Amino acid sequence: MILHDLISLDVLRVIWWVLLGVLLIGFAVMDGFDLGAATLLPFVAKTDAERRVVINTVGPVWEGNQVWLILGGGAIFAAWPPLYAVSFSGFYLAIFAILAALILRPVGFKYRSKRESVRWRRNWDWALFIGGAVPALIFGVACGNVLQGVPFQLNDMLMPMYPGPFWWKFLALLNPFGIMGGVVSLAMLITLGAAWISLKTEGEVQKRAQAVGTVSGIVTIVAYILAGVWMAYGIEAYQIVSVVPANGPSNPLMTEVVRGGSWMDSYAARPWIWIAPILGIVGLGLAVLGLRAGREGSTMIFAQLGIFGVISSVGLPMFPFILPSSIQPNASLTVWGASSSQLTLFVMLVCALIFVPIILAYTAWVYKVLWGKVTVAEVTEKHHYY
Amino acid sequence: MDFGIVELSRLQFAMTAMYHFLFVPLTLGLAVIVAIMETVYVMTGRPMWRQMTKFWASLFGINFVLGVATGLTMEFQFGMNWSYYSHYVGDIFGAPLAIEGLMAFFLEATFVGLMFFGWDKLSRVKHLIVTWLVAIGTNFSALWILIANGWMQNPVGARFDPASMRMEMTSFFDVLFNPVAQSKFVHTVSAGYVTAAIFVLGVSAWFLLKGRHIELARRSIAVAASFGLASAFSVVLLGDESGYEAGLNQRMKLAAIEAMWETEPAPASFTAFGIPDQQARETKYAIHIPYAMGLIGTRSLDQQIPGINDLVAEGEGRIRSGLIAYDALMQIRASHGDVAPEVTAAFEEHSADLGYSFLLKRYLDDPRLATEEQIVQASWDTVPQVFPLFWAFRIMVGLGFAFIAVLGYFFVVTNFKGMNYPRWALRTAVIIIPAPWIAAEMGWFVAEFGRQPWTVDGILPTALSVSHLSVADLLITLVIFVALYTVLFIIEMGLMLKYIRKGPQDDVAETEEWMARHNARLSGQSPNIQPAE
Repeated sequence: MILHDLISLDVLRVIWWVLLGVLLIGFAVMDGFDLGAATLLPFVAKTDAERRVVINTVGPVWEGNQVWLILGGGAIFAAWPPLYAVSFSGFYLAIFAILAALILRPVGFKYRSKRESVRWRRNWDWALFIGGAVPALIFGVACGNVLQGVPFQLNDMLMPMYPGPFWWKFLALLNPFGIMGGVVSLAMLITLGAAWISLKTEGEVQKRAQAVGTVSGIVTIVAYILAGVWMAYGIEAYQIVSVVPANGPSNPLMTEVVRGGSWMDSYAARPWIWIAPILGIVGLGLAVLGLRAGREGSTMIFAQLGIFGVISSVGLPMFPFILPSSIQPNASLTVWGASSSQLTLFVMLVCALIFVPIILAYTAWVYKVLWGKVTVAEVTEKHHYY
Repeated sequence: MDFGIVELSRLQFAMTAMYHFLFVPLTLGLAVIVAIMETVYVMTGRPMWRQMTKFWASLFGINFVLGVATGLTMEFQFGMNWSYYSHYVGDIFGAPLAIEGLMAFFLEATFVGLMFFGWDKLSRVKHLIVTWLVAIGTNFSALWILIANGWMQNPVGARFDPASMRMEMTSFFDVLFNPVAQSKFVHTVSAGYVTAAIFVLGVSAWFLLKGRHIELARRSIAVAASFGLASAFSVVLLGDESGYEAGLNQRMKLAAIEAMWETEPAPASFTAFGIPDQQARETKYAIHIPYAMGLIGTRSLDQQIPGINDLVAEGEGRIRSGLIAYDALMQIRASHGDVAPEVTAAFEEHSADLGYSFLLKRYLDDPRLATEEQIVQASWDTVPQVFPLFWAFRIMVGLGFAFIAVLGYFFVVTNFKGMNYPRWALRTAVIIIPAPWIAAEMGWFVAEFGRQPWTVDGILPTALSVSHLSVADLLITLVIFVALYTVLFIIEMGLMLKYIRKGPQDDVAETEEWMARHNARLSGQSPNIQPAE
């Protein structure tokens, strides 16, 4: 008997679909607060010392958090190669904008305080703002577009193609529903960043973060509900109309797909997934109340739970679709047609089962060591601080 | 396929990968050197070693962030610019990349923050463990990326699946224990250690020339010279192993590096100098060293190393075989599962050469319609550009031996000549600081340019691997990359020089006080009044 036959292909595919969600949510709840805090940097912190306080709240941890994104990329490559191939090249300029923004971030954190010049530091503050806000916005825009379907084709060699001029492919992403997704995402991560700053700082900076976070939290909830209603009544969904080859070869062209209905049909068919949007709204609502009441630790947890709910509410109703094609629905990438082989999925699952608990354990230890507020006194006294 | 897109995609990948590798080797080596220094500190409790640890770690940090920033580009770029490659081999190539994230990136990235912020939050031993975990993490990441890269050079443990139109993994262990990957890993990390050793040596030599931080510089040289010398031997040894593996698995690359047009009677000679001429298919002004190549490439006196012309003829045969596989594949795909057994048999027999038929896609959509001239032309496409490979390889090897000489000299003077370094030697150490980077980039150039025209050797041609983007897409990203990377490079160099000039900033008073006591004790003055360390 060969070991990897222990788990059948369809089960492995569903497991990796769940893990894909876990990685994206892991990125959003972990690196999300770094992105939010960097976005808030120029607004909640006025003086140089205050800005250094905000930077040093994320300084020692953002690098580890960003690995959730890198691992997300690697895991999509390994477990969902067609998804990696189509999404990264199909959203080419948008992904590039994320990349360019994220490149500024490590450098900004590390180099900003290495020179005294006011102009040098101010420039890096804005670089950090871009490094936080641009990815937060574009990830949401991408989600909004995934729900509508993306204009890609697969030829008979399964080569991804994207008709149309390059500028149109980029601008077409910025459709109203896509922008709505961007607003939800940006406001949501700002709220999370505010919760983090509120947890890790004190005094004026903390007060400003709580004020901004309250507003952005309310904006998130309102925009999220509006987007939900819009999705229910204005966005066409996709359906598989042929036999589902759950254990078939990973070839997206083997299923027949049509546009029609609404993603809300999934809520009717599987009512338990209502948990996701409810968790999203309740979590974010409690986070807003927590920010207003000045509660610190629990606010962070509620905001993270809210984000968990919001992202799940995008992925769950789409099942088994991962990336529908708006111009060649049969090419849509689904859980059944876009995965790796059984062996690769199995090997990767074993690796994930070994390493993820270890990662969570040492990450928790690092946060424990760094527990506590970052203060103005601290950042001005110790020169190894950023 | 628009050839401009292929060339631009290659240019972009080459540029971003080589730029990334400006920071990687120093990260790999300096992490270990810093960890060694901190180990000495924890074992002896001497403040001087803590100061050394913090000083070199601060330079490590400036370098490390750009490695992180530019590494992100690498992780995304396969999907962005090489989408057909990603689809075609993602089942195999993606796995080591994902494991790299799980096993290596999380480790180094999670602990690197504590390495800088944890000095007064952790005990000595705990901080030492954190530093070692960062060093281990960076080295693990090299392991996994070289397993991925090794598979592109020597694609083992995989087969083509007609139903999913891609390569699928058949043995994870074959991919993991790919001999090419293993020798490349040790070769690459050792090269990183040498880079860091030369860097530490050069900066310390500069301090000595300026008469500053003498104690710190001498101890740093002691670490760098011994660590670097051992690593430099390892680089050459494993480089030789890589050459041997290439002789087994990538014979065309080896023949191109050696500009060996004709198969010579065994054992072949090594061409120490020459001007390869691709058009005339000969090497002018060649100076041969008899036997050397046969010994390195086959480790025998009687096995032949095939020359380029013979390999091209062999490639032509594989293209014809690949065309049979291609034709069978098209029939299998058209039949929707109901296919004659002889077609399946023909596919199985020739599927190893399927990739060779794809070489014709550069000339026409359906390779089966290729003319004789196009087949011959495609067989010559299997020859990479010989001149740059020939010379890049020789520059790399020459520098490798130069590092052994320099590090060996400093090792001897450090251990047997009482650390009396002559000024000319110190100046040499400063001047050669950039040389390891040149050697490392040359090495990657030989490995990857020598792999052409393939992304995965014998499986998938480069021209087929790219994304169907527009030239405008690629130009926009290329221009912004160049601008962004240039600015970041200038900023990084500026900060690096600034912090080298500033010298050690931490624990200055404590270290000076200890140094004074230490020197007093060494010269035998009143040892009894000093408190224990």
